[in-house]
Amino acid sequence: MLTKRIIPCLDVKDGRVVKGIQFLNLKDAGDPVECAKGYDRQNADELVFLDITASHEKRKTMISVVEKVAESIYIPFTVGGGIQEISEIRELLKAGCDKISVNTAAIEAPSLIQKASRRFGSQCIVLAIDARSEKNGSWRVYSHGGRKVTDLEAVEWAKKGEKLGAGEILLTSMDRDGAQNGYDLELLRRVSESVRIPVIASGGAGNCEHFAEAFLNARADACLAASVFHFGALKIPEVKTYLRQKGIPVRL
Amino acid sequence: MIVIVDYGMGNLRSVSKALELLGGKVKVSSSPSEIESAGKLVLPGVGAFGDAVTELKTRSLCEPIRDFILRKKPFLGICLGLQLLFDSSEESPGIEGLGILKGTVRAFSSPGIKIPHMGWNRVEIMAPHPLTSGISEENFFYFVHSYYAAPDDPKMVCGRTQYGQETFPSILAAETLFAVQFHPEKSQNLGLQILSNFVRW
Repeated sequence: MLTKRIIPCLDVKDGRVVKGIQFLNLKDAGDPVECAKGYDRQNADELVFLDITASHEKRKTMISVVEKVAESIYIPFTVGGGIQEISEIRELLKAGCDKISVNTAAIEAPSLIQKASRRFGSQCIVLAIDARSEKNGSWRVYSHGGRKVTDLEAVEWAKKGEKLGAGEILLTSMDRDGAQNGYDLELLRRVSESVRIPVIASGGAGNCEHFAEAFLNARADACLAASVFHFGALKIPEVKTYLRQKGIPVRL
Repeated sequence: MIVIVDYGMGNLRSVSKALELLGGKVKVSSSPSEIESAGKLVLPGVGAFGDAVTELKTRSLCEPIRDFILRKKPFLGICLGLQLLFDSSEESPGIEGLGILKGTVRAFSSPGIKIPHMGWNRVEIMAPHPLTSGISEENFFYFVHSYYAAPDDPKMVCGRTQYGQETFPSILAAETLFAVQFHPEKSQNLGLQILSNFVRW
């Protein structure tokens, strides 16, 4: 039986892992390769690296990080953050990552999803969606790391992304991000039931129960978390043991 | 020398780094003559069946790969590298594969399942094989694919995996040919165990 995945997410800036609260007070949290090895030892099912380096030039730093990570861990990993061009995707995949997540660039030019999935295969193109709930019960998509509102509705955008060739959806609730009070289950369920591709829940994990409800009540295929793992509040084996006790298939 | 076929599809670094780590002498190559003279051959790959065939043909690699396998030399196919061994795939109608194995490559059809089949799943080992030595019942391997191969000869199926209501062949073996639908290079220790067995095969 296919198991549910637990995916830690690492923010990388200028080649170093950084930790912050609500994008502020960024602190150096070490070498990405060492952090990746640590999560690998905890039996993470995949890793996500979010490159929060602003400038184009610094992408080279990320490529060397990807090369070193690919030599050190043998689990799948995704790189995202500001990726706009097919050539960038090619460079990153060549450096050794398995998937690329696209967000703002895909909103600005949806054909990027189509071009990238045709060129590299759907399985390596992840559509990242940052969404915030609206008063009318729908969810609005935001771009530029949550700074800019778009005219897209999250469920519709996920469906369009699937049609264009995305192989997976990484769905972040901006309302819940960093709040550690649980994933947005309603958003998650709506998106997961609307597409046939896997959906990764993101934003809001604070305890083991939050992971369980995302899988049991909202049909998530994977759960991503950053702060609960970085700050050591939860260890991955602890979460997986809890999930297994709840009857959720996991890889221990 | 283990030659990894480079035909422009997907991430070869993880496979080559893993084999090197395990003591293999490795070369990533798209040269027909290097493939012909390889000691062992690895055909990796992700992406679409039709694109892969086109890339193989553009580089004149179909014949050397076919010859290598027919000369009974150790061969490892990974993911799309397994599916390409067949005549054709539902994914790319009308496109001819390498045609070494008889059978079909078909899409998952269970209702309500997510496609691709993506993540860690168990392989039930059906028959002992040198390359699955050290793999216990309690195993997980990383899969990412939307199609699977069903060979006509059931004796080839050395491991199988369940997804939705379907059970599909996830390891195929015949003489010196060994092919897996999952990614050993992305499957932590158990994946490395299979690659290590291949290095020593």
